[in-house]
Amino acid sequence: MKLSNLITKRSNWVIPYVLFLILFTVLPLLLIGVYAFKSNDGGFTLQNFVKFATQSEALNTFIYSIGIALITTVLCILIGYPAAYILSNAELNRNKTLVMLFILPMWINVLMRSLATVALFDFMHLELGEGALIFGLVYDFLPFMIYPIYNTIQKIDKSYIEAAQDLGANKLQIFTKVIWPLSIPGIVSGILMVFLPTISTFAISEILTLNNKRLFGSIIQDNIMMSDTMNYGAALSLIMLIIIALTSVISNKEDDNINEGGLI
Amino acid sequence: MKKILANAYLYLLLVILYAPIAIIVIFSFTNSKTIGDWKGFSLDLYASLLTGGAQHASAISTALLNTIIIALIAASLSTILGSVAAVGIFNIKNRKVRQAIQFTNNIPMINPDIITGISLFLLFVSLGISGGFVTVILAHIAFCTPYVVLSVMPRLNRMNPNIYEAALDLGATPFQAFRKVIIPEIKPGMISGFILAFTLSIDDFAVTLFTKGSNGLETLSTYIYADARKGGLTPELRCLASIIFLTVLILLIVINRRSRKNETKTTY
Amino acid sequence: MTNIQKNCPIVQLTDKDCTQRAPDIPGAVSANNISNDKKTYIIEIDHVSKWFGDKQVLDDVSLFVKKGEFVTILGPSGCGKTTLLRLIAGFNQVSEGIIRMDGQDITQIPPHKRPMNTVFQRYALFPHLNVYENIAFGLKLKKVDEEEIDKQVRSVLKLVGLTDYEERNVDSLSGGQQQRVAIARAIVNKPQVLLLDEPLAALDLKMRKDMQLELKQMHKDLGITFIYVTHDQEEALTLSDTIVVMNKGKVQQIGKPTDIYNEPINPFVADFIGDSNILNGIMKEDRKVQFMYHEFDCVDEGFKKDEHVDVVIRPEDIYIMQRNQSAMLNGVVSTCIFKGVHYEMVVITDNGYELIIQDYNAFEAGEEVSLIIKPSDIHVMHKERYTNTLVGTMEDENHVTILDETFECLPQEGLESGDEVNVEIKFDNIELMDDIEDGYAAGIVSFILYKGNHYHLTVTTDSGEDIYVNTNDVWDDGDMVGIKINPEHLKISKRV
Repeated sequence: MKLSNLITKRSNWVIPYVLFLILFTVLPLLLIGVYAFKSNDGGFTLQNFVKFATQSEALNTFIYSIGIALITTVLCILIGYPAAYILSNAELNRNKTLVMLFILPMWINVLMRSLATVALFDFMHLELGEGALIFGLVYDFLPFMIYPIYNTIQKIDKSYIEAAQDLGANKLQIFTKVIWPLSIPGIVSGILMVFLPTISTFAISEILTLNNKRLFGSIIQDNIMMSDTMNYGAALSLIMLIIIALTSVISNKEDDNINEGGLI
Repeated sequence: MKKILANAYLYLLLVILYAPIAIIVIFSFTNSKTIGDWKGFSLDLYASLLTGGAQHASAISTALLNTIIIALIAASLSTILGSVAAVGIFNIKNRKVRQAIQFTNNIPMINPDIITGISLFLLFVSLGISGGFVTVILAHIAFCTPYVVLSVMPRLNRMNPNIYEAALDLGATPFQAFRKVIIPEIKPGMISGFILAFTLSIDDFAVTLFTKGSNGLETLSTYIYADARKGGLTPELRCLASIIFLTVLILLIVINRRSRKNETKTTY
Repeated sequence: MTNIQKNCPIVQLTDKDCTQRAPDIPGAVSANNISNDKKTYIIEIDHVSKWFGDKQVLDDVSLFVKKGEFVTILGPSGCGKTTLLRLIAGFNQVSEGIIRMDGQDITQIPPHKRPMNTVFQRYALFPHLNVYENIAFGLKLKKVDEEEIDKQVRSVLKLVGLTDYEERNVDSLSGGQQQRVAIARAIVNKPQVLLLDEPLAALDLKMRKDMQLELKQMHKDLGITFIYVTHDQEEALTLSDTIVVMNKGKVQQIGKPTDIYNEPINPFVADFIGDSNILNGIMKEDRKVQFMYHEFDCVDEGFKKDEHVDVVIRPEDIYIMQRNQSAMLNGVVSTCIFKGVHYEMVVITDNGYELIIQDYNAFEAGEEVSLIIKPSDIHVMHKERYTNTLVGTMEDENHVTILDETFECLPQEGLESGDEVNVEIKFDNIELMDDIEDGYAAGIVSFILYKGNHYHLTVTTDSGEDIYVNTNDVWDDGDMVGIKINPEHLKISKRV
């Protein structure tokens, strides 16, 4: 085929990007898998995973990280859902600037916001540590919970609410029977946007606990940057990748079930 | 009553969300080593940041310059790559192929930064490329382009599918038709995509950390990280943080304005 | 400033007119009779108006619906019909007026406490619930016990022909099936009144026809009151016991489908329902009307001598035959189109009028033909107005402000600047311009009526007033026009 024909067909325009994606997205992810099963002399091994399962430090940090991530996620839902609901309810709030103010911090560097948390704790003469870590994580990720929930509730067709009213639902029933179930996809993507980054975070915990409490991300970083523990670091990354994939798949399923209906 | 309670809750949250930022901004206007120790209003920190007088300040301005250069290059290249790709994806008839590409496009957005960073780090290691400017820019393009694609796609979806054919019918070559018909249609999406990519690039920390190599290349966020790890924050960084808050604020208002304008346009 | 329509007795007398002509029409009853038969009305809409901001969407609407009736509210989009339905359902609050149900004022009752249910335009089926759960929604809220719910849901599913669809996701259903679920979800609650908001609008033609028949049957079987909103005149004619024709927030006519079709009360109704030839005429005496330069016998009485009237003749009521010297009208066929059952022909009469004629026999274009119209097929209507009457203010002796714009006029004696005045402008004396810059005021063509040899346009000006214009130029609905009036055509008199 001649070059000009290649260009004329517009679907071919995707080719450069597909090549780029393969080289810089797909291949690197596969490499994590390759290195995870590589011994330092280059052969195949499961040693890296055995090390993870037997060495208590990594395993404990792993469980601790998941715990912290869960606590953060739950707190974000508890604090964020009411906020998102109020923001999207025309009777309670008509001010679009408020919405923007809640979303704005999403765009400020996580490091900056963590430093700001440190500043706040310094200012109030509070000690850094586990409390600061959880406060900081909730503070950092709350907007990521509010935004998708707000978006979902906002998009609920007003005629569903009217239909519920028409069928005899009072305000509380409208919420429990229509708005809450229809906002679950928003909560699910909120969980994705909060839980995943939290289990993988490393810099935030280092800053907020003065390096006293380490999360799984820090362990990965420590290992991957050293050439002799790089394969072990890759194995730890693979474990995290699997958790991420599982979370995404589970939540996607949840999402699909509801979204299919939401199209009508 | 309900309304007052609801709004009180929102404002309380906002106060907590913005208090730390406010503290940083306030204490950028006083010449003190630590936050909480107010030594009277002064612009000394800003002056020292700009003139490079203090010991750290020149390192900070180098980092700032690096950050901006990387962001400009990465955002420009992502915008070109992403826009062309979006047109391609839009024209793929085969649903399976299209879904596969869109799925892959989503990966860098779903992946936590640390995974993107590590995977690219491993790529460069196994290719034997040592980290530096080029690797950081490539990495930034990798995670910025999906956002450009996503900003351009809605414009294409909204576009009347016949206008490209109409241009061809009226005698335009495919290239002319693209330049005179499609580009004007997707331009707003491209601009939003560029701004988004620029913001993401400036904001990035983890990916840069893993791909910057060990040749001393620092961007703002990696510099801050290194600084914070050493314990204690260089006072000048407060000024820089304040400036960044302001920049991000302005960029976001611009994006918001643009998308709102587009919305009103389409309702007509 | 408002456009005073002093000369429009027809619209205002709608109710009374109907009573006079056909006292047995359900719904079309004069206000005086209400107190006598209060019991028979399930829904009473009593002088209801509705504003959204400063835009008035309903203007003093009154409507009385009998128990068990199938009432259709018919009108073009934006006429306020959906708003009226939403007021009845309680989704919006009236600005003025009262809505009663069974004689009880329900104006302030929230929708969830009103014993009526709605079938929404795009169904509004809950996407997170399956067919069964959607239908059971209302009963569950009423805490009906499970067994009873189960029984009732299955019975309505049978009624709408969706047995075995209980577990289906609503989004896996076709449009017609979703429609049935929406109806089932409403009627399972045994509402006294079922409100339907363009329920068939989203279906294709064939499906729509089938559903129309089913709805009609359902209405018969259930015996409850249906209030149905549509813009489709054919649907309204097919389904209803009573049709309420609305336009621009006002009720135009209420009556049985046959009466609405045969006895339209004004040109809008005549034009909106079915095809028609609408012509200007003069009532010479009782049962004698002159139009197209001919005097015709007709059956209408009670008009003033020489009153200007509108004459409606349905296309199927004009008899067309080969040229015959004794006929009253002669003409030449200009087009002939086969319409499936009949032919539709346009005939240009020798005196220059264009008439639409439907007949089973075809006459080819160019053929010389004769036409006959029977007296009983001529329908004469009062004119709503004979001229434009606007309220304005004098600027100086040569200028007057009407329609929020200043127009030049002939020198006015005895009038001072600031005086409120009535301004009359004949339909023929208004010029419409393509270029808005050229006119003195701007407007949008909002209604077009072909009067056989000219167009009668309604132009809604930027000031929100309507002006009426006769023209030979062809304009389209929605065209932006400039309005030009020469100074000598403004007839100004002081307001008292």
